[in-house]
Amino acid sequence: MVAVVPTSGVSGAPAPVAQRSSRTGYLLLFPGIAWLAVFFAIPFVTLFLTSLQQPVPGKSGRYMFGLQFSNYSDALAEYWPLFLRSFLYAGIATLLALAIAYPLAYFIAFRAGRWRSLMLVLVIAPSFASFLLRTYAWKTILSDEGFITSTLNALHLLPEGRILNTGIAVVAGLTYNFLPFMILPLYAALEKIDPRLIEAAGDLYASPITAFRKVTWPLSLPGVVAGTLLTFIPAMGDYINAALLGSTGNRMIGNAIQINFIQFRDYPTASALSFVLMAGILVLVFTYIRRAGTEDLV
Amino acid sequence: MPVRLTRRSVLGSAALGGLGLTVAACGAASTTSELPSGAPTTDPEAERVVRFSNWPAYIDQAEGDEPTTLDDFRASSGIEVVYTEDINDGSEFLAKVQSPLEQGRDIDRDIVVLSEETAQQFIERGFVAPLDYALIPNAVNLLPRLAAASFDPDRRYTLPWQSGFTGMGWNTALLQERMGVDRLDSLDQFFDPRLAGRVSVLSETMDTMGLMLAWAGFDPSSFTDEEFDSTLLLLQQQVDSGQIRQVTGNDYIGGLDSGDLIAVFGWSGDVLALGEGYGFGLPESGGLVWADSMLIPVVSPNQASAASLMNFYYDPSVAARLAAWIQYVCPVQGAQEAMLDVDPELVEDPWIFPPDEVLDACYVTQALSSERTGLLDRAFDRVVST
Repeated sequence: MVAVVPTSGVSGAPAPVAQRSSRTGYLLLFPGIAWLAVFFAIPFVTLFLTSLQQPVPGKSGRYMFGLQFSNYSDALAEYWPLFLRSFLYAGIATLLALAIAYPLAYFIAFRAGRWRSLMLVLVIAPSFASFLLRTYAWKTILSDEGFITSTLNALHLLPEGRILNTGIAVVAGLTYNFLPFMILPLYAALEKIDPRLIEAAGDLYASPITAFRKVTWPLSLPGVVAGTLLTFIPAMGDYINAALLGSTGNRMIGNAIQINFIQFRDYPTASALSFVLMAGILVLVFTYIRRAGTEDLV
Repeated sequence: MPVRLTRRSVLGSAALGGLGLTVAACGAASTTSELPSGAPTTDPEAERVVRFSNWPAYIDQAEGDEPTTLDDFRASSGIEVVYTEDINDGSEFLAKVQSPLEQGRDIDRDIVVLSEETAQQFIERGFVAPLDYALIPNAVNLLPRLAAASFDPDRRYTLPWQSGFTGMGWNTALLQERMGVDRLDSLDQFFDPRLAGRVSVLSETMDTMGLMLAWAGFDPSSFTDEEFDSTLLLLQQQVDSGQIRQVTGNDYIGGLDSGDLIAVFGWSGDVLALGEGYGFGLPESGGLVWADSMLIPVVSPNQASAASLMNFYYDPSVAARLAAWIQYVCPVQGAQEAMLDVDPELVEDPWIFPPDEVLDACYVTQALSSERTGLLDRAFDRVVST
């Protein structure tokens, strides 16, 4: 974390004004840094140390300081399929959310007119109900005896004969729950686009599709990147959707972390899994941002 | 029939431990008594409060103007009760209170109700105060069958709160539709392909594996690791074939209700509280019987008040009122006679006052060391979760 602090003059005789503002800079940074130290840096180090702990001999469920790097290999050996599954589910959910959110955000930004505020409120409105309750509601919506499943079954469209407690339900739940995080950044990016640019593209004989491809889409990229990150990252670590809407074969890595922390009280394994998840997401995000080439866009 | 929340956990225990907090918070908001705070105190004058932590819907609740058993306790003893339904999962609860208990700090609870496995872990760790039976004269009413527990042979630390069965529950109409029968009597029926994808088992290892061990011809009250492993293979087959849809805490109740689940491994009182249209039974190969225990944390500053509360619930007429509401097996002798005045229809209820032959046919699962519990839990989870 590098702070941008105005440096004093090069002459070696700093002007008093610059000096004061430099101190003010640090002072202003203090709350943020203190917050990060207490709620991020310290827990981060604790978690890392926990992930290397070793069991106290003869006392199950008790751990002590150690440098047991095998915690990582053991955890990965046991749970790698769950990492892959989480990546797959979160990836599909993110793409689906993008496909649903882009047209909607586009409509709100360019076509909604006086309904714009109302539509934005409607996008956020579901968040007024708890995440948990909304996911429970999906259980009812997708129930075997419910309207959707029986209709699809009558058309013989469901190979498993059900939606609830399948991977489809988990992905649907993830897509739904994180959709607002996709819509809002997309809207913010699209709304900033000057419509005259699109008009100009038209004046220069670009077809609507070309105008979208050459003007709207590139200008909305910061929103796309922000939206996909805000959707993918929480979806990757989520465990509620898999727990409520999934079956035995649909657990995600969040479920493994949860059960190791709470059920088995195996803190080292759970911490190691959390760390691998964090590192994995970090690598993915960096690769993604580099490939998207958006450093100068954001 | 009012919709009741059910015991153990509204949410699945293993699957949803973390969410328990949310629900616990709701429970606390709606059921905690008016007392502003249950601040611990060592002042004997002020020791007129008892803080009671229990599972959701594991006590009678007010219907109209009728006082609840807790109201009566408050009135008769002058002791205030702070009642909180914040226990959703034994392991999770232990994880939450373990470090304050090790440091000898008050955990804001004077009585907690825990399953046998968790109670054993509390006792092993030295977290439990011995009971002062001079303050609990009604303890003589404890059913002789429950007088000894494997983890607490002389009931030095614990008294049963309620007892109950682990067996099979079903949605009668859907069972009839699929199988042409209106009750289940064996696990062979439970694993019938006609119920594929519509049955669930419990996330508590020994509840599910106890029933499975008995089905496989082993003894759940005394089994070897090899027997456990070979039984686990039977479970694995049912998971792989798609027969088992879910592994649940007591959210199987929601599944039975919506019809997503036709048959479940479940706990007697939970299923019975659903009422008409649902059934509960024990498999021919053997069901499980268990007792949840009340205990007093050794750090509690209000142990005498806590003991009076225990004494109150061992009064047969109080026990009968409690049992009539929650429909679990009543551990108090004389409650069956007292039930005549409470609800005559329930006097002969086999799930509240089970006859000896039913109890004799049931297994009590083996008490295991924490170490072995940990290994078996992991092996079980590996089968049901990946």
